[in-house]
Amino acid sequence: MGQYLVRRLLTIIPTLIAISFVIFAVLDLAPGDPTSQLPETIRPEIRQQIRKAMGLDEPFPVKYGLWMRQFFVNEPLSLLENAFDIQIGDGEKRLRVTSWGSRGVPVMDMIMERMPQTLWVVGLAYIVAIAIAVPIGVVSAIRQYSIFDQVGTFISLIGYSIPTFFTGLLMILLFSVKLKWFPMIYDTNLQIVDWRSFVEQLRQSAMPVAVLGFFQAAILARFTRSSMLDNIPMDYVRTATAKGFRERYVVIRHILRNSLIPVVTLIALGIPAIFSGAIITEQIFRVNGLGALLIGAIQLNDIPLVQTVTFIFAFLIVVFNLIADVIYGILDPRIRYS
Amino acid sequence: MMGRHISTLRVIAVLLAMAFLLAACPAAAPTGGESMAADEEMAEEEAMEEEGKVLTILYWQAASLPGPYLSGGTKDQDAGAVTLEPLANYDPDGALVPKLATEIPTIENGGISEDLMSITWTLKEGLAWSDGSDVTADDVVFTWQYCIDEATGCTASEAFLGIESVEALDARTIVITFDSPTPYPYNAFVGANTPIISSVQFADCVGAAAQTCNEQNTLPLGTGPYRIIDFKVNDVAVYERNPHYHGEPAYFDTVIFKGGGDAASAARAVLETGEADYAWNLQVEPDILRDMEAAGLGVVVAAFAGSVERILVNQTNPDSALGDDRSEYMDGENAHPFLTFAPIPQAMSMAIDRSLISEQLYGFAGQPTCNVIPAPLHYASTANDGCLTQDIDGANALLDENDVVDSDGDGIREYNGMPLKVSYQTSTNSVRQKTQALIRQWWSQIGIETELINHDASVFFGGDPNSPDTYQKFYTDLQMYTTGPSIDPQQHLSNWVCSQIPMRENVWGGGNIFRGCNTEYDALFEQLTQTPVGGEREALVKQLNDINVQSFYQIPLVNRGGVSAHLNTLKGVNINDWDSEMWNIAEWHR
Repeated sequence: MGQYLVRRLLTIIPTLIAISFVIFAVLDLAPGDPTSQLPETIRPEIRQQIRKAMGLDEPFPVKYGLWMRQFFVNEPLSLLENAFDIQIGDGEKRLRVTSWGSRGVPVMDMIMERMPQTLWVVGLAYIVAIAIAVPIGVVSAIRQYSIFDQVGTFISLIGYSIPTFFTGLLMILLFSVKLKWFPMIYDTNLQIVDWRSFVEQLRQSAMPVAVLGFFQAAILARFTRSSMLDNIPMDYVRTATAKGFRERYVVIRHILRNSLIPVVTLIALGIPAIFSGAIITEQIFRVNGLGALLIGAIQLNDIPLVQTVTFIFAFLIVVFNLIADVIYGILDPRIRYS
Repeated sequence: MMGRHISTLRVIAVLLAMAFLLAACPAAAPTGGESMAADEEMAEEEAMEEEGKVLTILYWQAASLPGPYLSGGTKDQDAGAVTLEPLANYDPDGALVPKLATEIPTIENGGISEDLMSITWTLKEGLAWSDGSDVTADDVVFTWQYCIDEATGCTASEAFLGIESVEALDARTIVITFDSPTPYPYNAFVGANTPIISSVQFADCVGAAAQTCNEQNTLPLGTGPYRIIDFKVNDVAVYERNPHYHGEPAYFDTVIFKGGGDAASAARAVLETGEADYAWNLQVEPDILRDMEAAGLGVVVAAFAGSVERILVNQTNPDSALGDDRSEYMDGENAHPFLTFAPIPQAMSMAIDRSLISEQLYGFAGQPTCNVIPAPLHYASTANDGCLTQDIDGANALLDENDVVDSDGDGIREYNGMPLKVSYQTSTNSVRQKTQALIRQWWSQIGIETELINHDASVFFGGDPNSPDTYQKFYTDLQMYTTGPSIDPQQHLSNWVCSQIPMRENVWGGGNIFRGCNTEYDALFEQLTQTPVGGEREALVKQLNDINVQSFYQIPLVNRGGVSAHLNTLKGVNINDWDSEMWNIAEWHR
């Protein structure tokens, strides 16, 4: 296992370098220009000056090298400095990856500013989804073809066939416009200092969490159900029942434990999606998370920001793939890595 | 009405099912219980009282930076305009209003020299930055130096073109000297796109260093009614009342400038839920906007400046068979095979129902127009107003008279044996595609076949010299987009002289996109550059407009304005399309 881990960790390095190159090259070759969003009255010579000031004129290898250095050396150093409040070398002069859209603002600062909202809203939705989906999946499987199963199947079907921008809009129209229960603008400046501001935070997260949670829960519930159904006819289940255990005990201790192995893997693989945010949902509810940051950066042709954010997502996906593999090995004694 | 009722019921049924599902989970508790919601509402009201008077402004495009110098969007300029001020602003009619200056310099009061070579501004007495330090003439000089430094990459440097020097005579007097006689000297430091910034705060941020000044760029000192205290990039800016403001203290304790989302939901947040006080640039289907306004919480307001959505008529031949020579002017040797024959584009213009496009597709945000310089009013020609009524019969008759007829019976007219088939490109945008479809239909009624093309805006307006799909390359017969003059049209009119034709040699760098060359136009334009503000200048502008429109280089369609909405309780809003919509935020109150 240890050797396997080391090997996997080492292969991550070339994978990430290859990914960074592909991301950088694709974005560099793509058409589009950060000055295209400027008013059309601005003259071409001035646009050229602006491009030059952003460093757009440099040849590709120089830009790539500079970005690699900034991202892999300068950014971690700045992060360390901020975290421990220390000075490493000439911190003031160190070039960081800065945005083109908001010149002067380091891309990493922008990402860090967005992280809490995304983790809270999307993370909470994920937890809600798991909390709903697993029990529903279990009951649906045990009482297969019962009314509960039929209704659950129907709702799940709705859940993953209706896009989030539609459920989001419905929720806004019903809960914000008609009933006025929840605000439709997410206030990122809200500080949780007391009970009331916490309630306010819950109120403003309710709709985006519900929309995302519903979508995720629908998929997970179906997955749990089918995984349970795979295990119910197994011999070990019949043995346990024959031993005279109560149904509840058999379901929880035997069937569910074995059924959850693939579900846990699925959940682990889905975690990078929490960080990448839910682009559409964040946009609809004005939750200024990472998804909204990425889509905004793409619209503005803010290439350094897009590159950095995409690369971080790629990194997370690679890492969580590894974690999923490891968890699988731990949960399922039949699988042994060597 | 009945159908709508049923669909609402369905919506509720679906959502009830969802709520049922959610009720299974304790974390989603706030979804249930009406009494709880009522409690919260009360709590919210209490919170409002504690927090004081808050103004919430909603921009569906979030500001990247508060200020116009490093990021050229309206959102950035407006986020800056809450706190940064220029020497003078434009009012909604395009008249100048002093802000940091004591008065508007003119030739009469001696502020502008007789030879039109310099202008002298005087700052108000006792001005202070929002940190309490003094505002001096040096700040104005510094702002100029900051923006014209090429390495700064200043997005507002256009306003400083033609300025030889900016000097401080004493602590309150600034003299701007031009490199040639400048009949309209108010481009620099007037309007929200060239506010004054602090020479102390930005001292180390000139040139390349501008790209690394995080704190200065996000929290600039200002002189306006509010000062910025927090800025989250592409999200929200928070301002508080500026205790050092030179006017009456502002009404609100806090201003929140929130960005993100989309135009329709921004409109909804003001007009239907009242969560925000002001929502900007509501590019929403006109019918939907009218329905929202009917809810009675707020009003939709519009203002118009000079922006004109128009069709440019390619005067050169864009035939792809020409290879690299397509749409090249080549000293007039490569004229378009039929669009240079005036009756044809004239008939095309006559066939268009501008009122229909304006009302149905632009709604609050459009007025039909026949001019490329539609405003300010004293510069607008009335010679072309005939185009406001659609005349398909007249267009057909005109083509018949000029012997442009359909000789082979395929429904398409020919000119010198060449069938009138045109390609018509624009950027990808639902209103533009609907306009294209309407116009194609009208042109088919006069025997012209149209091929519609659209490109993504970032490519079409991107200016990449390697892309064939940019508006500068203009590899089609017609194209459509919006540009417009600033308050003085000279800059805008300068684009259309012969020397501005884009071509390979200048890497498609000129502004004469339609590639039309008219010596009379060039001569009149030369005269305009020598004529000071007044009646003679107005007449010249009208003449230049008429030459352009009557040569059918451009077919104007719609004068486009800004549309915003505010709550009925918010008073003092005076929407302005010549300047920032925040230009008079000092006067906003409840």
